[in-house]
Amino acid sequence: MDIFLQLLSSGFLVGGIYALIALGFVLIYKATNIINFATGEFMMIGAYIFYSLMVYLKLSPFIGFPLVIICAAILGFLVERLILRHMLGQPNISIVMVTIGLSSILLGLAEIIWGSSFRSFPPLFPRKPIILGEIVLRSNLFYGFLMAMAVVVVFLLLFKYAKVGVAMRATANDQMAAFSMGINVKTMFTISWAFGAIAASMGGIIIGNIGGVQPTLGHIGLKIFPIVILGGLDSIIGAVLGGFIVGIVENLAGGYLDPYFHGGVKDLAPFVVLIFILLIKPHGLFGTKEIERL
Amino acid sequence: MKILSIDDVSLSFGGLKVLSDVSFDVNKGEIFAIIGPNGAGKTSILNIISGFYRPEKGTVFFKGKDLTHTPPDERAALGMGRTFQNIALYHGMSVLDNIKLGAHSHLKTGLFSGLWYWGSAHREEMALRKKIEEDIIDFLEIESIRKQPVSALAYGLQKRVELARALAMRPKVLLMDEPVAGMNAEETEDMARFILDIKEEYNITIVLIEHDMKMIMDISDRVLVLNFGKALTHGTPKEVQKHPEVIAAYLGQKQAKTMEKG
Repeated sequence: MDIFLQLLSSGFLVGGIYALIALGFVLIYKATNIINFATGEFMMIGAYIFYSLMVYLKLSPFIGFPLVIICAAILGFLVERLILRHMLGQPNISIVMVTIGLSSILLGLAEIIWGSSFRSFPPLFPRKPIILGEIVLRSNLFYGFLMAMAVVVVFLLLFKYAKVGVAMRATANDQMAAFSMGINVKTMFTISWAFGAIAASMGGIIIGNIGGVQPTLGHIGLKIFPIVILGGLDSIIGAVLGGFIVGIVENLAGGYLDPYFHGGVKDLAPFVVLIFILLIKPHGLFGTKEIERL
Repeated sequence: MKILSIDDVSLSFGGLKVLSDVSFDVNKGEIFAIIGPNGAGKTSILNIISGFYRPEKGTVFFKGKDLTHTPPDERAALGMGRTFQNIALYHGMSVLDNIKLGAHSHLKTGLFSGLWYWGSAHREEMALRKKIEEDIIDFLEIESIRKQPVSALAYGLQKRVELARALAMRPKVLLMDEPVAGMNAEETEDMARFILDIKEEYNITIVLIEHDMKMIMDISDRVLVLNFGKALTHGTPKEVQKHPEVIAAYLGQKQAKTMEKG
């Protein structure tokens, strides 16, 4: 039982962090219908910028975080304005190829600027593990989870109550109607890229703080796909729940099954769950049921 | 006094000529109907007026200003409301939320104060809500469904909510694409009554496309007839009904000739 609770709770914490990264993906998909394969690289760049601010410029994390938010917003803004704005109206597959290309470019840039070696963050949080009864939680994971949840909640409130959020929802729902309500749809695209990049970079900082940062940090972004497809590509609540499900499933599978195989079950399990859920709910748990007429 | 002028507008998609040299004026406070057979270019004209299509040639004047190169959201803010042929409501949201979105362009606070409903943004929101609740919901008789999600409503009611959303923008001109398409007789009558009341009470100019000839002839002040992208004629409903080319376009050349012979 102890081991079960231990696996469950650390899975839950990891899941919260996944939820944030998935949110970065969904924010962009929801408004623009673009699947951003560079989400992982947005994370990695965010983590490196934070690392540089902390280590080279010796700034306090309280200045570092807002600066990373600003840098991520600029990155999202530039990517949308310089690259994707010109892809409006092009076939989806071309746009997807562009985001894949973008991920390679960002990866290469990071290697040029920071090199390919592994670096670890200076300690951000108290090192003492959190002990809840029988359960021991790693401090980096615990505080990272709290941070991720704070960012997720801010985004949820923004979407529900803020004028910008409501305008973004309207844009996601029906672009023509949004236009005729006086909403500048193109600006909403830019804002959603900036928001997506901010969410991803925050996730990057948290992951980098747990496991260190290197150019391949973005590969964890591949985990986003089972999460967002499971939750429904365009659902924010789905992304959050999907994050938790994947975090818990992979931790339980890793803890119980990995000893019997040669490892790897941890990475495989979320996809098995994904396939089962898609068999029952083809649009994901909360996705829009869309009838495509071909 | 004219509020909207379409001057010599042409549009084509690839090799297909959709509109050629169409010109007309809409006077302030009138109901102006655009009719024509399927594929005549009616919706294209509406899309040019609201800015979704850019004409190859010609100009759109609104309140004396050249709007040909103004994007659709700015036109909306200048006072162009729009309803769509296929209902374009936000389905996940309630009736009230949909209507509130219509007032979006009138929320004057900037991005950062608008981020949260605090301070001036909050007061603005409250004033707005009051105005909407008292005026438009009452006016369109949708009091009882304000809290419901739009996807749960009957078709006729959804059309009415879409109209409410467009009215919440407080437009000067309202463009309506087939407001009574697919409605039964009673719903059509209600909608016709609402359109007349909008003109009278809110003094909004209405440009509408419709296939329901009875309704068009009953409520319009002037009618423009399009056929194959060309303006056949325009005038009062009576004048238009008598026009031989209109009869030909609607009934076909042969029948028209037999009718002429009596």
